[in-house]
Amino acid sequence: MNQAQHGAPSQTTADAVTVTGVDKTFDTRSGQVHALQGINLTVKAGEFVSLIGPSGCGKSTLMRIIADLDQPTAGSVAVFGKSAGQARLDQDYGIAFQQAGLLPWRTVAANVGLPLELHGVGSAARAARVAELLSMVGLTEFADRYPDQLSGGMQQRVAIARSLAESPSLLLMDEPFGALDEMTRERMQTELVRICAETQAAVVFVTHSIPEAVYLSDRVVVMSARPGRIQEIVPMRLDGERTESLREDTRYFEMITAVREALHGGNPGGGIATGGLATGSVAASAPVRGAETR
Amino acid sequence: MSTAAVSRRGTAPGRKAMSARTESWLRIIAPVAVGAIVLGGWQFLVTVVGVSEYLLPSPASIATQFVEYLPSILSAMYITGMNALIGLLVGSILGIGLAALAANSRLVDGMSAPIVASIAVIPIVALAPVLNSMFGADSQFSRQAIAALATFVPVFINTLRGFRQTRAVHRDLMRVYAASPGQVLRTVTLPTAKPFIFTGIRIASSLAVISALVAEYFGGPRGGLGGLISTSAASSAYARAWAYVVASIVLGLLFYVATLALERLANRRGGGS
Ligand SMILES: Nc1ncnc2c1ncn2[C@@H]1O[C@H](COP(=O)(O)OP(=O)(O)OP(=O)(O)O)[C@@H](O)[C@H]1O
Ligand SMILES: [Mg+2]
Repeated sequence: MNQAQHGAPSQTTADAVTVTGVDKTFDTRSGQVHALQGINLTVKAGEFVSLIGPSGCGKSTLMRIIADLDQPTAGSVAVFGKSAGQARLDQDYGIAFQQAGLLPWRTVAANVGLPLELHGVGSAARAARVAELLSMVGLTEFADRYPDQLSGGMQQRVAIARSLAESPSLLLMDEPFGALDEMTRERMQTELVRICAETQAAVVFVTHSIPEAVYLSDRVVVMSARPGRIQEIVPMRLDGERTESLREDTRYFEMITAVREALHGGNPGGGIATGGLATGSVAASAPVRGAETR
Repeated sequence: MSTAAVSRRGTAPGRKAMSARTESWLRIIAPVAVGAIVLGGWQFLVTVVGVSEYLLPSPASIATQFVEYLPSILSAMYITGMNALIGLLVGSILGIGLAALAANSRLVDGMSAPIVASIAVIPIVALAPVLNSMFGADSQFSRQAIAALATFVPVFINTLRGFRQTRAVHRDLMRVYAASPGQVLRTVTLPTAKPFIFTGIRIASSLAVISALVAEYFGGPRGGLGGLISTSAASSAYARAWAYVVASIVLGLLFYVATLALERLANRRGGGS
């Protein structure tokens, strides 16, 4: 097995996420669906780990299991050394779903402030924090709008702001930048890098974009479908620096190629896999530029 | 045909702006015109064609009776209106409450389904005399009970449907925040169900008035619109009976418009939470 296993118990802080031998099968009317099989994964505190793989390979399912929204059929999950359920009750993580999941009858500001409100933060402190978060995602002028008055990308940014509201030490993000234009996407990536550096948060980040995974991550987990398995874990040797100039660095393109090859390794037939469209198109352009610089 | 359609589409922008204004006028004028034509035709039938006033009282004589008996009509409207209102309130509270229980418990849901189905098919016409004699000749209770019964069904059904509209992603979100059942109810379940609840109440409002009327029609204390329609008709004062019918229509419309306004208010943005 090529999974990075951190067998030895960690030094002072517990690992953010430990997934051990997790299987997940869904019983559907048309039989069983093997969503996940034999997943082993450890995310250290403060580490940024991306999940990438074809559509339907179980990325969202794995994230939901870590968030205690689904139960694994076999295996176990620990978050900061506790059970996933306890970590949820302790509000140890923030989550941004694949769909924004905003409450349509609440304004943008009230949506962002929802977790603070539910957890009894006073209205003055809440307003200050919401203002801060909204300016971070560039939606200050939209504070009093309703979700259906925003574009899909703006809604996603509201959901991201909401997931960051309580400065969690673990962030679970399911394709949070999927609906963003390239400019906003890069800005949000830079912002996320800054937030993670600031709060020392660990991140489990689902994406379909290889360059995005490479730019953001310490390690990229490449998954394959049917059943969902970890194909390979590719460590990013980018020395932890995440600056704009990295996007033009040779090592960056080398890492993109490495992830791309890992993805295709599990799929010898070529990019016909369902996820091929999204991943393939980005990968097709980026490595070419990489080859030129080399 | 097709060329006409094309050319019309060609000049659409100018026409649209004009038709928007005329349309709103038309909305008011059209029903008024239809009403005037029907009433005119009716009056014509009675006065010119010579249909007997006994068979079909003319609009003019109904109007005369309406003015003449206005105090009695107003007090009758008040009595029937109160019966319908109390029924509407009680039925709505019961409907919403039981729907909330059914949404949270499979057992209650299973038990309530046949009960609600049978309440839905109770013939008010048959039940009214029974309840009237049960609760005595001087009690309005049976009318209110019948109005409540009629209200209960649409409110229950709509509310239950509303409680089942909660989106999975919102439920997940509440679970993530470890929200208490009360918080889930306040932040997600009720705001989602609210439009459905008010639609149920609007549908029930006309039913409440009609069933209160019908219940009054079949005995018990006089004074309500239903009772007065029945006595006027029994004494062959058909024009007066019709005047009370007009008052019943006005009362029903009043209830409908009020609950419609309530529904609009509740669905307005930001009305939630
Ligand atoms: N509640 C469910 N019931 C039945 N099957 C499910 C359920 N949720 C997910 N699945 C199945 O599990 C598999 C993995 O789904 P999942 O949503 O985790 O994929 P994904 O990797 O997130 O895909 P995408 O990239 O398209 O979001 C799919 O085959 C899906 O059909
Ligand atoms: Mg997914």
